Amino acid sequence: MTGKRTMNNYEPVIGLEVHVELNTKSKMFCRCSADYFGKEPNTHTCPVCLGLPGALPYINQSAIEDCIKIGLALNCSVSPISRFERKNYFYPDLSKGYQISQYRWPLCINGQLTLDNGQVIRINRVHQEEDTGKLFHQEGQTLIDFNRSGVPLVEIVTEPDFRDVEAVRDYAKKLQQLFRYLGVSNADMERGDMRLEANVSVRKVKSQKSKVKNTSQNLKVEEELPPYRVELKNINSFRFMVAAIEYEIKRQIEALEKGEKLSQETRGWNGDKKCTYVQRSKEEAHDYRYFPEPDLPELRIEESRVKSLESSMPELPWSKNKRFEEEFKLSTAQAKILTETEELADYFEGLVELGGKEGIDAVKIANYVINQKIGAGTSVEEVLGKIKAKGEGVIGDERELEKLAQEAISENEKAVADYKSGKEAALQVLIGGVMRLSKGKADTSKLKPILEKLLKVVT
Amino acid sequence: MKLTKDQVKKVARLANLPLTSDEEDLPEGEAGKYSEQLSRVLEYIDQLNQVDTTGVEPTFNVSGESNIMREDTTVASLSQEEALSNAPQKKEGMFVTKGVFEE
Ligand SMILES: [Zn+2]
Repeated sequence: MTGKRTMNNYEPVIGLEVHVELNTKSKMFCRCSADYFGKEPNTHTCPVCLGLPGALPYINQSAIEDCIKIGLALNCSVSPISRFERKNYFYPDLSKGYQISQYRWPLCINGQLTLDNGQVIRINRVHQEEDTGKLFHQEGQTLIDFNRSGVPLVEIVTEPDFRDVEAVRDYAKKLQQLFRYLGVSNADMERGDMRLEANVSVRKVKSQKSKVKNTSQNLKVEEELPPYRVELKNINSFRFMVAAIEYEIKRQIEALEKGEKLSQETRGWNGDKKCTYVQRSKEEAHDYRYFPEPDLPELRIEESRVKSLESSMPELPWSKNKRFEEEFKLSTAQAKILTETEELADYFEGLVELGGKEGIDAVKIANYVINQKIGAGTSVEEVLGKIKAKGEGVIGDERELEKLAQEAISENEKAVADYKSGKEAALQVLIGGVMRLSKGKADTSKLKPILEKLLKVVT
Repeated sequence: MKLTKDQVKKVARLANLPLTSDEEDLPEGEAGKYSEQLSRVLEYIDQLNQVDTTGVEPTFNVSGESNIMREDTTVASLSQEEALSNAPQKKEGMFVTKGVFEE
């Protein structure tokens, strides 16, 4: 692990950009179907998403609402006036020569998300844009499929607040969970519904002394960002992202220790060699010459619309987590598991409601659902019945158990003989016999000593 | 306003325009075709800059409208043949372009 000692007094400074493809029916600026995955190439296009001359964009209202919901869930303020801009660059995945995105007037700004470790990650912006076409590189040629071109994409950008990889993982998982709760995206990493980009750099940690002092000057020194940052891109799983960031931190510290100067660059992840490597980026110049999209009128988001969108949102995973802890007296870990998906959380609440009427405790239900890995959709009555039988029907009385054990012994002469000849495993056969005789209600934890005692006197 | 050679090179790179070797190799101070054209555009913009716009709000869109949005419904897209009908080169239902580097 990258323990504090091996870090040699360096700390990582990491910011994250998350792109999520919305699951609207139609694309962002045209009425082509956005359901492009696995479809024949170039069968979901029109003059707008092919960038043909004269075609005009027309904003998809559902996408805008989804973007605002994501922003609200991340505690952003919704901008009263928001505008689209053209991000100009030349690359074949972009038919128009620019991507319609947002720059100076994003829909949502200044949010935050609290992680499991208590750290608050500042969200710089949540903005709306469109996806690009897909490229396939083949024998020195590049083939283009524009089915994905113009699919609504929301970008969520954090401040460089992460100081360890675990926090990055937690944040990304929380966003994925949020997208699914809100129902705005399937957020499947492998399919590319959700994409992560990390900006990674490292800096020397100031001495503990100046840290403690925390005068305004020291604070300023502390918050100074490194003069470079490495962008990790095109990484399509949480696991690879974590591996890539860990590798980068190590690589950068080693380079700085050797007195090397690190440069601004884009790197990808090589899963086979388990290392990052320099990628030539399509946005090499980082000079996008943004300017307002003249074909799209501005958005004026009224407070009343924000309010109504807010009230249409489901309970968020982290709120649900907290409520489960308080209302049902669950541990944080239990609540986290049970709120993993909205479906499971709802299912659990259904169990608790019905179980409550029969006097079954919520913690008991939680334990059973978690231990038995009960999936949402299992019959509620059946599950409650099992929990009840388990709680009420357990035969723990020793005399009763002895009776059952004796019965099992006389029924299984072979197992008894095996046991006598030293085959310890034969005991399992007898335990199984007792379970069958008791219809599964015997307390197994007490059975073994009872059987052993009885077997001693059997000849 | 005259553009330097480096500025011309940068603009050309951003616009993905190849420069002829004449343009690249010209000694500093001597204008090639592009730098002349680009400088003329800038001169024109300079003229616009002479207008006093104090107190005038920038115009982002001439319609004066806002919140022009549509419902999230779909219509039929072009067929693959239609989509590719202007492509100079196609392969496996896709547009073909000169190979670009990735990875
Ligand atoms: Zn289209």
